[in-house]
Amino acid sequence: MDFLRPASWEEALAAKAEHPTAVPIAGGTDVMVEINFDHRRPEYLLDLNRIELLREWEVGEENVRLGASVPYTTIMENLRAELPGLALASHTVASPQIRNRGGVGGNLGTASPAGDAHPALLAAGAEVEVESVRGSRFIPIDEFYTGVKRNALAPDELIKTVHVKKADGPQQYSKVGTRNAMVIAVCAFGLALHPETRTVRTGIGSAAPTPIRAKEAEAFLNAALEEGGFWDNGKIITPSIAKQFADLCSGAANPIDDVRGTAKYRRHAVGIMARRQLGWTWEQYRGTGRTLEGAA
Amino acid sequence: MAGTTTGIPRDVTQNHVKGGIGESTLRPDGTLKVTGEFAYSSDMWHEDMLWGQVLRSTVAHAEIVSIDTAEALAMDGVYAVMTHEDLPAAKNYGMEFQDTPVLAYGKVRHHGEPVVLVAADHPETARRAAAKVVIEYRELPVITDEASATAPDAILVHEGRDDHHSGHVPHPNIVHRQPIIRGNADEAAKRADVIVKGEYTFGMQDQAFLGPESGLAVPAEDGGVDLYVATQWLHSDLKQIAPCLGLPEEKVRMTMAGVGGAFGGREDISMQILASLLAMRTGKPVKMVYNRYESFFGHVHRHPAKLYYEHGATKDGKLTHMKCKIVLDGGAYASSTASVVGNASSLSVGPYVIDDVEIEAIGLYTNNPPCGAMRGFGAVQACFAYEAQMDKLAAKLGMDPVELRQLNAMEQGTIMPTGQVVDSPAPVAELLRMVKARPMPPERQWETAGEGADVRALPGGLSNTSHGEGVVRGVGYAVGIKNVGFSEGFDDYSTAKIRLEVINGEPVALVHTAMAEVGQGGVTIHAQIARTELGVQQVTIHPADTQVGSAGSTSAGRQTYMTGGAIKNSCEIVREKVLEIGRRKFGSYHPAWANAELLLEGGKVVTDNGEALASIADVLEDQAVEVEEEWRHRPTQAFDLVTGQGNGHVQYAFAAHRAVVEVDTELGLVKVIELACAQDVGKAVNPLSVIGQIQGGTTQGLGVAVMEEIIVDPKTAKVRNPSFTDYLIPTILDTPTIPVDYLELADPNAPYGVRGIGEAPTLSSTPAVLAAIRAATGLELNKTPVRPEALTGTL
Amino acid sequence: MRVNFTVNGRPQEADDVWEGESLLYVLRERLGLPGSKNACEQGECGSCTVRLDGVPVCSCLVAAGQVEGREVVTVEGLADFAKERAEHAGCDSGACGTSLDAAKRWEAKPGQDSQTGEGVELSPIQQAFIDAGAVQCGFCTPGLLVAADEMLERNPSPTDADIREALSGNLCRCTGYEKILDAVRLAAARQGEAV
Repeated sequence: MDFLRPASWEEALAAKAEHPTAVPIAGGTDVMVEINFDHRRPEYLLDLNRIELLREWEVGEENVRLGASVPYTTIMENLRAELPGLALASHTVASPQIRNRGGVGGNLGTASPAGDAHPALLAAGAEVEVESVRGSRFIPIDEFYTGVKRNALAPDELIKTVHVKKADGPQQYSKVGTRNAMVIAVCAFGLALHPETRTVRTGIGSAAPTPIRAKEAEAFLNAALEEGGFWDNGKIITPSIAKQFADLCSGAANPIDDVRGTAKYRRHAVGIMARRQLGWTWEQYRGTGRTLEGAA
Repeated sequence: MAGTTTGIPRDVTQNHVKGGIGESTLRPDGTLKVTGEFAYSSDMWHEDMLWGQVLRSTVAHAEIVSIDTAEALAMDGVYAVMTHEDLPAAKNYGMEFQDTPVLAYGKVRHHGEPVVLVAADHPETARRAAAKVVIEYRELPVITDEASATAPDAILVHEGRDDHHSGHVPHPNIVHRQPIIRGNADEAAKRADVIVKGEYTFGMQDQAFLGPESGLAVPAEDGGVDLYVATQWLHSDLKQIAPCLGLPEEKVRMTMAGVGGAFGGREDISMQILASLLAMRTGKPVKMVYNRYESFFGHVHRHPAKLYYEHGATKDGKLTHMKCKIVLDGGAYASSTASVVGNASSLSVGPYVIDDVEIEAIGLYTNNPPCGAMRGFGAVQACFAYEAQMDKLAAKLGMDPVELRQLNAMEQGTIMPTGQVVDSPAPVAELLRMVKARPMPPERQWETAGEGADVRALPGGLSNTSHGEGVVRGVGYAVGIKNVGFSEGFDDYSTAKIRLEVINGEPVALVHTAMAEVGQGGVTIHAQIARTELGVQQVTIHPADTQVGSAGSTSAGRQTYMTGGAIKNSCEIVREKVLEIGRRKFGSYHPAWANAELLLEGGKVVTDNGEALASIADVLEDQAVEVEEEWRHRPTQAFDLVTGQGNGHVQYAFAAHRAVVEVDTELGLVKVIELACAQDVGKAVNPLSVIGQIQGGTTQGLGVAVMEEIIVDPKTAKVRNPSFTDYLIPTILDTPTIPVDYLELADPNAPYGVRGIGEAPTLSSTPAVLAAIRAATGLELNKTPVRPEALTGTL
Repeated sequence: MRVNFTVNGRPQEADDVWEGESLLYVLRERLGLPGSKNACEQGECGSCTVRLDGVPVCSCLVAAGQVEGREVVTVEGLADFAKERAEHAGCDSGACGTSLDAAKRWEAKPGQDSQTGEGVELSPIQQAFIDAGAVQCGFCTPGLLVAADEMLERNPSPTDADIREALSGNLCRCTGYEKILDAVRLAAARQGEAV
């Protein structure tokens, strides 16, 4: 094993180009567990801790530019207004120690369906800026996850920045685990209202081979809200709309039975979370509408 | 051996601590533990040491066709690769049955069984070498439950058994069977107005001590070995280790290294023999440290159980009879399964008066992971079932569940199903009254002033799943009975060596025992006893080792009783010797020396009315008094193999819990809000430690109620969740406040009146939480742990 | 590979480090600092918590090569670290994290006698853990102390929910946590009195 310590982004890209099998390591949450338990023996470890730009973030007009290594703690503490869904998701990540070191880049790089950030990124709408010595490109979050623990990165590419749309409406995020803290998702759900475009977006984690959106549920709800004039009249969403939305979210899930939970439970829980979050976000939209932080 | 070993435990002296029996003195090892200076077994180190690595079976049941170690041996940095063919002497060990191979030969019987050993200069080298060993298995069908174990054509997990239970068991795949028959359950059932039946399943719990199995074996010039390990019982280890090394016991010198928790999981051997073999083979010190994955395979677990119960009662709530069958899965090797069977059987009736019972408990051999000792030892599984039965019965009778329990509660003088009379206090009804009388915790604690819900106070916690939706509160009660100490005629004793001498003008007591300090605070209590009995302030605790007689196991709630009793006894003998010296020296100067009631207090010899006769320093001068004595409790008897009759237990302990839970009924998530405990502790030798034990035991019971289970695939008998990612234990956010009330009703037969405290709270905690969840949901819930699926109908 | 970094204020060099080694392994097996504990090595228990440039992290998840040139504080250095903070930071605002500069100025005192532990100067949180009975087997204690000390630095008057949240990454199997809560409350109260 070789340990590569690039001092700059350019050096990192060069190293990745030279050694495409090199495994990037930043917060270490996934990689070090695999090494400690002998699940993985990469030829090269590519340390990204020295690269300052990966730890930088900036709030722009429309997007937040989030460096791949910005720790979850920073997101929780500093971006609750701009990225409420992701801030809530960050708060559910593992433990304070892990949140101090881990960042969204790790979740994206591993692309596990159980990664906590995914549903929030899917719901908010995001693009992943990846780069190699060949140049950079933006991958829409909907196209990023390509299979179980597989993503759209080319072997020589590294994740640089995640561009997440600033919230223009309430967002929520929940995950189900069998412990009240420090737990891997049995399943997770994120919801974002986008009043500017009069749309909603969803994200589902740990209930399909990849993180997914419940697109049919979104389409149904978009139509129902439009039809009922809800965006304008701010009326309470009827239970039948909420139920159908929840059912469609459940239906979007394509989970498996595993040691953490049954497929049946996952589908059920996704529906409950969807219904509750629709209630929470809509209440918030109807109420102040401007306090966009999550309730937690 | 050249070079030095670091981490060797040393004497610890308390110079300035006051406080004897009954006071909350602080731990003598506390400062070392908060500064990181306390050396645990995994901290042992030697400059020339090698690292030992175990290669374990990847299948649960298979014949071993071949093992090829050539490539591993040829690697740089590899010093030894060993298989069963390299074993120098006995190939098997075991506490009660010598059925466990040091390294598998012929076949492997469970997933994760040790097959090959490697020693190398770095853990990574050792891992790489182990990965190069090629083992060919021919897989066999797996035996995973009672039906497959006792089927007519079942493969025998162990062929040719000749252990002490093999003669009476109905099938060779049954380790032990213990029936108890008293009265006539069928006749009594005719008096019952209501009968409830239930079938209960208790999952496999892991001790999950945080300090992994580890230690250092250092080869000695005399051909022996110095072994530093974390264990619960040095002398039991020694008896098993020495024959496997082909050494006399005196050449295996064991010292207790720091122990990172135990809870029963260190009562059996783990890496002790393996590290010693590698050390002897290579002539170098060998360190072994299991990682968390390996730890799940490195020790026995709590027996999972199936329990079938029938209770009857008259319409006014008097229990008429009980019938039960308890099936405990012992896994591939016996460990302490036979004793767990005895416990489950003899305590299956719970703390209730039932004259007519028909009880049967069996322990199986299967290809599941081996199970043995864990806090509560057979009584935990039974308590889960009989307490569920009490609630069912109360519901059917329309009675308050606490009243039903109190109505049938045993008391001093009650005759157990085994015929044994409970001859010391048994305040079962009072303990229930105490937890019930506590004020209820406030409702809806998640509500904050205007800031929305505090999810930390809700089911789901930080995961933000509910802001109050679907949340229903439930309250449940349970009470349990646990035996204290080793039962069924076992000749149990402990040994204490006490030395009293004068150092720098001050009398100092040295306490030397082989007691395993696993965190429970035994060392604190030893110093308290020495101060009380010898009237000294300075006490030095010598590290536990095999240079002194056995202290027995740190388990079964027995150490304060047993080693505490041994220290008290040895101190009394020391005191007599001091007085004898005093009488010889000073007897002619003061008539009070002839008084038989002389005491040692405040460093002086005093009369019973407080008059000081001489200082200990003046009596002893440069003379030291040293005593090493064994001490025993009252003898017990074996249970009759047909009727189960016999005075089998030393002492009984009782605890009751009230659980208040909040359940997100839609998502099936549980938050325990409060878990109040009341327990009779006989005598609180150290109240701070007593409460710590009760809270810790309660939390382990909570864990098994809502999250803890080793999941074994029934098709392959392989463990599916050997990690802290998927075997979950409670965090601080899962653990509620645990208010504790205790009674001190002395047991006249025990030193200072003490009663073992560590185990009873683990019994009643689980059924209390289950009862509370049932109350919140109206569901039957006959299995631990309660998974979200069970609460939402999504299994 | 070779790794140079600072532990408890002293420069340290580890040689012949295998690239897959964790910071935890280097501390325990190469630098003679086994105070940080190896309970799970998968970031699920917090026993190995150290401060890396002031931030609490699981040292089992930090690759050794990642600490090159950085500052680590372990439980062995906690008492002196806290003393230094009390003397130089004067923190009544509650907003006094440890700056990298402060971490660099600090250095552990050599040669404490820890034979018995008695007479050793402890940080408030260490003393509180002993006094409150928060230590049983003690294996979780070092990680809890580092985490709790850092929380009290940020939040000198935490609520119970704050304490529970801050310590939710540290498993304890012995105590049932109640006395750990007591200890943190005690340390906070004593700290409050001292200001």
